[in-house]
Amino acid sequence: MSKPLKLLTASALAICVTAPAFAEKLGLGRPALPEEIAAWDLDIRPDGTGLPEGSGDVWTGEEVFADNCAVCHGDFAEGVDNWPKLAGGADTLDHEDPLKTVGSYWPYLSTTWDYVNRSMPFGDAQSLSADEVYAIVAYILYSNDLVEDDFVLSKETFLDVEMPNAAGFIEDDRDASEAHFWNDAPCMENCKDSVEITMRARVLDVTPEEEGAEEEASAAPAPAEAEVIPAAAEPAAEPAPEPVAAVEIDPELAAAGEKVFKKCKSCHQLGDGAKNRTGPILTGIVGAPAGQVDGFKYSKPLMAMAEDGLVWDEASLHAFLEKPKSFIKKTKMSFAGLKKEADRDAVIAYLQAPPE
Amino acid sequence: MHQSDGSGASRRGFLKGSVAAVGALAAAGAARANGADPLITEVQPWASGLGDGVDATPYGLPIRFETDVVRRNVEWLTADTISSINFTPIHALDGTITPQGCAFERHHSGAIELAKEDYRLMINGLVETPLVFTYEDLERFPREQRTFFLECAANTGMEWAGAQLNGAQFTHGMIHNMEYTGVTLRTLLSEAGIKPEGKWIYVEGADASSNGRSIPMEKALDDCMIAFKANGEALRKEHGYPVRLVVPGWEGNMWVKWLRRIEVMDGPVESREETSKYTDTLEDGTSRKWTWVMDAKSVITSPSPQAPIKHGHGPLVITGLAWSGRGAIERVDVSRDGGITWETARLAEPGKPMALTRFYLDVDWQGEEMLLQSRAIDSTGYVQPSKAQLRETRGLNSIYHNNCIQTWWVNSDGEAENVETS
Repeated sequence: MSKPLKLLTASALAICVTAPAFAEKLGLGRPALPEEIAAWDLDIRPDGTGLPEGSGDVWTGEEVFADNCAVCHGDFAEGVDNWPKLAGGADTLDHEDPLKTVGSYWPYLSTTWDYVNRSMPFGDAQSLSADEVYAIVAYILYSNDLVEDDFVLSKETFLDVEMPNAAGFIEDDRDASEAHFWNDAPCMENCKDSVEITMRARVLDVTPEEEGAEEEASAAPAPAEAEVIPAAAEPAAEPAPEPVAAVEIDPELAAAGEKVFKKCKSCHQLGDGAKNRTGPILTGIVGAPAGQVDGFKYSKPLMAMAEDGLVWDEASLHAFLEKPKSFIKKTKMSFAGLKKEADRDAVIAYLQAPPE
Repeated sequence: MHQSDGSGASRRGFLKGSVAAVGALAAAGAARANGADPLITEVQPWASGLGDGVDATPYGLPIRFETDVVRRNVEWLTADTISSINFTPIHALDGTITPQGCAFERHHSGAIELAKEDYRLMINGLVETPLVFTYEDLERFPREQRTFFLECAANTGMEWAGAQLNGAQFTHGMIHNMEYTGVTLRTLLSEAGIKPEGKWIYVEGADASSNGRSIPMEKALDDCMIAFKANGEALRKEHGYPVRLVVPGWEGNMWVKWLRRIEVMDGPVESREETSKYTDTLEDGTSRKWTWVMDAKSVITSPSPQAPIKHGHGPLVITGLAWSGRGAIERVDVSRDGGITWETARLAEPGKPMALTRFYLDVDWQGEEMLLQSRAIDSTGYVQPSKAQLRETRGLNSIYHNNCIQTWWVNSDGEAENVETS
């Protein structure tokens, strides 16, 4: 019997056995009201169909993102712990370990808007206004270098954004590309000359420990889901900063700067026991020549400017912190910048005299 | 986690396991050598006293000796347990039906508690009459009953780059197989009346993740159903109580739990779960999308790393599970020498379309090392490929749809380990 015929027979038989007599409409349920449909029918199509009125810009997005998203996704959408990274990964899809983000992987912007609107923030879904969703999405695009910092996302500008991996997908082609997996006579004997073990799971040792059945037998069942790691883990305690009061610093301004510095803390450390992390140690940075922190690998453009004599005085810090990517093209610092002059003044004060 | 412990911990585990196995062998021998078995010759308490009354457990759980047969998770896989997955203890089960209480869970924003009286299902979009159903309404439609496997597209996904997790539960446990009772989508959609331009449906859940997926109308009308009972009783909370979608043979992510809305559309939504996730990246960086169907696959559940041979030499039952999203399992072959020679296993029952099939191979084991493999063949003639064959067409970064032949290395003590072979 040929394969298609055999399948047909099987499904015909199945219908005889199980299907109820095909019913006319039964008149069950009731018509859905327009306002009910409006409340649940939230999905956004790739062409933007379904998008509501509203708009949001990158800078607003940065604030809304910091308040609602950064605890898991990081201030710059770079991801915290195992939580998803939303930015970066450009041109890594054919690498050994591709980084799939909104910028590097997602083919449609509609998906980002839809998902943020419908399912985020984690634990408080559907709490954001349309304007906030527009703003967050604008910021995610900015974090991926897909829009400029003056970009405003709305229904009207939605289709202007080009998603880098839009053409990166093909429809399932397994029937054709894997046609050789259909095989009438798979090998039964002498299928290979020899067999060797090439890799062992025990060497890697990433399997959860088995509790011994005997010891556990009398204990109450302890299902695996009992352990819940809080979504918003406390940040590790920072080392106490050391006061270096070489210059007269307004303590109130420095205190305000400490708050602003929270945005910097996921990458930069300060004071006793500080280490280079994603960014270099910032102890004593004000007034210091650029590119001098031991053991930190700076970007080439920064080193070039350092060789040209860049010193981190107040003026250069203001310029850099306002728009890092404008001051140093291709800086490794993926921070959007501090647009408020008062914030920059405060953080520069804090860097000079971190309060005890 | 003991990820960074190096090989020391694993070697200790290995030795401990071996000693246990040898001890079991010795005990079995001793019982024969020492004459009459006191379990038989002496009156035991349970043969003399009384057991529990009928109402001791109004809803019964497995006896306390079976408390190790539970779902387990792999902590390092996900950031937390709310948006996470755990694994069915397939190494300790037999037959084909998975008990709901140990059937794996996968949530994107946690298992929600949704009461029947708070449940609503909406059908809208390209239909003659958008409708809202209560749970009671759904129970008044003509009912059907079908058994299907549900496999997460990521099952075996951690094994693409190499043998990693040491246990069938962890390598192949994102699967369950249940008998569902419910109503076909054909019946429900007919009630609303599909407009001719309706070519897709978009389905979403009532939880915060919504987990929306687009399904071609052809599939929706072919065999999809909504289910409110599984294995004869109400769905468990973690599997979508009170109503989930059943999409036979297709990846588990599409079986939307807490189903609240079906929208008839003229095209796919391209939601998060069908673009950024559940798409399979090939070696050249392009990605396959809409890889809905689950390829034919099988695994030996015993012996396996969590189910070593403890009974010594002689008769040994080798058993496992096989399934295919394209049809029924026609045949399963087993190799004991890493794929040099194959013998055809016995199917416990003829394969059913898109449902688990149990296979057995009864052998005489004399302590020889074995490289155990199984190979499923389905009713379309698809033969489960080797890992090398899969890597050849898909590379290492697909994450999803790893249906490769699994190898367990069984040593002379009966201990088994997840390995890769040449």
